Amino acid sequence: MHNFTLAELINGLRSNKFSSVELTQHFLNRIKELNGDYNAIITTTASQALESAISADQRLANGNAPEMCGIPILHKDIFCTNGVRTSCGSKMLDNFIPPYNATVVENFENDGAVMLGKTNMDEFAMGSSNETSFYGPVHNPWALDCVPGGSSGGSAAAISARLAPGATATDTGGSIRQPAALCGISGLKPTYGRVSRWGMIAFASSLDQAGPMARTAEDCAILLNAMASFDEKDSTSVNEPIPNYRSKLDNPINGLKIGIPREYFSEGLHSGTEQAVRNSLVELQNLGAKLIDIKLPSSHLSVPAYYVIAPAEASANLSRFDGVKYGYRCKEPKDLEDLYRRSRSEGFGEEVQRRIMIGTYCLSAGYYDAYYGKAQQVRKLIQQDFSDAFKSVDLIMGPTCPSPAFKFGAKGNDPVAMYLEDIYTIATNLAGLPGMSIPCGQVDGKPVGLQIIGNYFNEERILNVAHQFQQSTDWHNHMPSELA
Amino acid sequence: MAIKPAEIKKLASLSRLVVDDKTITDVTDRLSSVLALVDQLQSAQTESIDISRPFHIAQRLREDEITESNKIDELQATAPEIYNGFFAVPKMID
Amino acid sequence: MSWETVIGLEVHVQLATKTKIFSGSSTRFGASPNTQACAIDLAMPGTLPVLNKQAVNYAIMFGLAIDAEIEQKSVFERKNYFYPDLPKGYQTTQLEKPIVGPGRVVIPLADGTTKAIRIHHAHLEEDAGKSIHDGDIPIGVSGVDLNRAGTPLIEIVSEPDMRSSDEAVAFAKKLHSIVTSIGICDGEMSQGSMRFDVNVSVRPSGSSALGIRTETKNLNSFKFMEEAIQLEVDRQIDLIEDGGKVTQETRLYNGDTKISKPMRSKEEANDYRYFPCPDLLPVIVSDQTLDELRSSLPELPDARKSRFTQQYLLSDYDAEILASDTSNAEFFESVAEKTKNPKLAANWVMGDLTARLNMENKNISNSPVSSSQLAGLILRISDNTISSKMAKQVFDAIWLGEGNADEIIEARGLKQLSDSGSLEKIVTEVIEANPAMVTDYVNSDESKRKKKMGGFMGQIMKASRGQANPQQVNQILLEKLNELI
Repeated sequence: MHNFTLAELINGLRSNKFSSVELTQHFLNRIKELNGDYNAIITTTASQALESAISADQRLANGNAPEMCGIPILHKDIFCTNGVRTSCGSKMLDNFIPPYNATVVENFENDGAVMLGKTNMDEFAMGSSNETSFYGPVHNPWALDCVPGGSSGGSAAAISARLAPGATATDTGGSIRQPAALCGISGLKPTYGRVSRWGMIAFASSLDQAGPMARTAEDCAILLNAMASFDEKDSTSVNEPIPNYRSKLDNPINGLKIGIPREYFSEGLHSGTEQAVRNSLVELQNLGAKLIDIKLPSSHLSVPAYYVIAPAEASANLSRFDGVKYGYRCKEPKDLEDLYRRSRSEGFGEEVQRRIMIGTYCLSAGYYDAYYGKAQQVRKLIQQDFSDAFKSVDLIMGPTCPSPAFKFGAKGNDPVAMYLEDIYTIATNLAGLPGMSIPCGQVDGKPVGLQIIGNYFNEERILNVAHQFQQSTDWHNHMPSELA
Repeated sequence: MAIKPAEIKKLASLSRLVVDDKTITDVTDRLSSVLALVDQLQSAQTESIDISRPFHIAQRLREDEITESNKIDELQATAPEIYNGFFAVPKMID
Repeated sequence: MSWETVIGLEVHVQLATKTKIFSGSSTRFGASPNTQACAIDLAMPGTLPVLNKQAVNYAIMFGLAIDAEIEQKSVFERKNYFYPDLPKGYQTTQLEKPIVGPGRVVIPLADGTTKAIRIHHAHLEEDAGKSIHDGDIPIGVSGVDLNRAGTPLIEIVSEPDMRSSDEAVAFAKKLHSIVTSIGICDGEMSQGSMRFDVNVSVRPSGSSALGIRTETKNLNSFKFMEEAIQLEVDRQIDLIEDGGKVTQETRLYNGDTKISKPMRSKEEANDYRYFPCPDLLPVIVSDQTLDELRSSLPELPDARKSRFTQQYLLSDYDAEILASDTSNAEFFESVAEKTKNPKLAANWVMGDLTARLNMENKNISNSPVSSSQLAGLILRISDNTISSKMAKQVFDAIWLGEGNADEIIEARGLKQLSDSGSLEKIVTEVIEANPAMVTDYVNSDESKRKKKMGGFMGQIMKASRGQANPQQVNQILLEKLNELI
């Protein structure tokens, strides 16, 4: 059952091949059996899942149930789930049980989807390897001594290991696309403002966006249908019409113009990765697409700009974690300052503390203009690059990551080495554009991802191309050998 | 631009974090490395540009109607320390 | 050495919206701790702000009332610092582009002239919560109540244009009168609806350089503000004259102990690291909204004061007092219209009525004497039915609920005696009963005679049970006594 795609499972439920309860139980068993190898899931919600499955079966029997009714999914542990611990991968929230749902969670609940549990992640979404979680690292199902990518490493590994057919995740600098690439699955970051941020624990408010992870583009479209909504509780939510993201999947892609930025194929790109990506581009040409050379001249500034803006916003967003209202509090604080310092130093891991300090630095008196002010201006340049490019192309493509999954500890003590993992994905977040990664090859037995970037609110076109690619290739069906 | 340990201590203080003498060298080195990365921004040619996001022009306004009710029990259920409905903290001077 | 005081004020005004600036929680005063603090107010993870339309409108109305430029694209910033009553660890406020630009407020001076005090700007921000340090809480513990966190405020910042505590108080009172008149604030000082931070510095008279200033925060009464300013001016002058230098610091004034001291917490050491709040978008105000709000503004205190001096021929002083509070003004006007006697109406409203209201801690909106009742009383004074003195008795009776003026006058038989026949009779009787007083009068110097009439008046009033029309009696008595000279 776990080898079916989400789309196939939907059909299966409706043609009574199995019930939601059976489906749910199957995945719960699988999680119990296999999660130990990957550590992809922090909290399993077995009894709640089975209760939802029972209601879902009822609803399905009555007819007219939404698409996602009865389908088991996982939520990244960054989405607040009412009554269920939401840790954000941190000791700071190890005991936090929100009394409300994130809108994303609420949307799925209303549709009758079944929540299997909460997935592991880099602490407070800060990382590209899922090595910073308080709950231990996640292991890449393709190579257990390698990272799955991050920060949505748990969701990616879970999909890859077939622990669930679909999962929610978030992307601030590449945290959906990069782990999707390293784990050989499909992941989409929608346009900023497409999916509500209410109840999604904030890292960098102007960059964070929630999106789906699954094995195919079609599955991602189904999940996005449920996730996308206009939410009045989120001032940055955009009231743009929501199409049915499945409706244009089968459109032919003849004449589609694909921009290939030369900046995404320069030094630092692993040769095996480059080869796999170039092969897929040829495949797309065979399907009728046209490849066009483009330039994104400010690309080299995206990582520096991001590492000012994201930490700056995060430094303010994380100030609420002070041991006063909820979350971790140090033992026997002697005074208020002690309460703050020790609760935060003990509750936050090293990477989080580092980013808070960088953010604080970039906003400080005397440094604001040179860092934060400058970074925001550079951001506008990057947006302009894309805007210019989209005048002559429909989509932009390239590798998602510079190389395949690396071993734990490989990025060592140098934080910058880790930051450069996101070199191709970050610009998309800075511009607020939608972007997706789909499997397009393998190198040394490890997956390679192809990144597809679209114009604002053009998720349909991205999903269309991805789906067409997946109709004529089968990288998305490949599994880690031990799971086959 | 290299950052000095004294500045690190000030940043830690502003953000209520502890950087002790054991780890300060490590923290300084790593932070300096990140700052060297971000210093690349200085090479960019930018003029003062209006930073407006597409589709995000105007703040939506909410009607002035009460939509929240008293949920103190729910919201304080996992609070570290409560006394008579107050969030309890060590005594504040001033 | 003669010194000049330089004062600037920062005034925090709580806007009288039903809900908070960024959440739909109630702002009602006096609820039990944390019962009006939702997930957003508690800064729970994943919560987000949405801006209250009425808070924006109220801020704009204030700007229009002080002739300020309204910033049609204003922005919210985050001001970062740690304090338990600040749940997010930052306050959402405005810095670079506040919604209200420079404006002015005109204050009356003691010598009858006026002075314009410039407003630098006014901006929207959220209020913090409250903490208690003793009382309902164990020793060594402070309690945080976040009910107030998120209440919308406008912070009004003046230029350092004031030169005395009187000017500062006049300014504060005028602001109070403006914000209550336009209905954006309930003006309840005891509930913290308006709080003042005063920046005080001194310099040698004639100098144009500014001295080092101190800030005294969180004063919530005009009286305390006045005291705090005086205290600080004296302290600074003494310090400088003793050879010392004023330290730039933040101070707190305790109105009960009358002591001011520097704050112990290192608030000054804070670098607030302001940056635009990424959860909120720019606040765009259309020309249409501005026009609508402008035409919806009620009469402002200064305009009302002008009108009162012209329409009712009141003095500047009387007009200023009556015009400053909308309820008082409306009450006064109602009485003035009904009686066609604005002078009496003003006297009674500002005099007896206000005194009695203050004594019983009431305000004019819950006055036991209504405007029609007061008007009824005044009509009986102006038509000579009763004397002014008698009117006070009647007023008391109305206050205690005995009915209207006419009813009381009838019931107690208080009609003033004005028919000359009866009055002449009484005067004659009193004169004849007091031959010694008559002799004394006749033999006195002209200059002393007026005073001697008092003795006769007393007896006449007594004989008439206070109901004799005093002016008429005076006239008759004078004539009769002069006949005897």
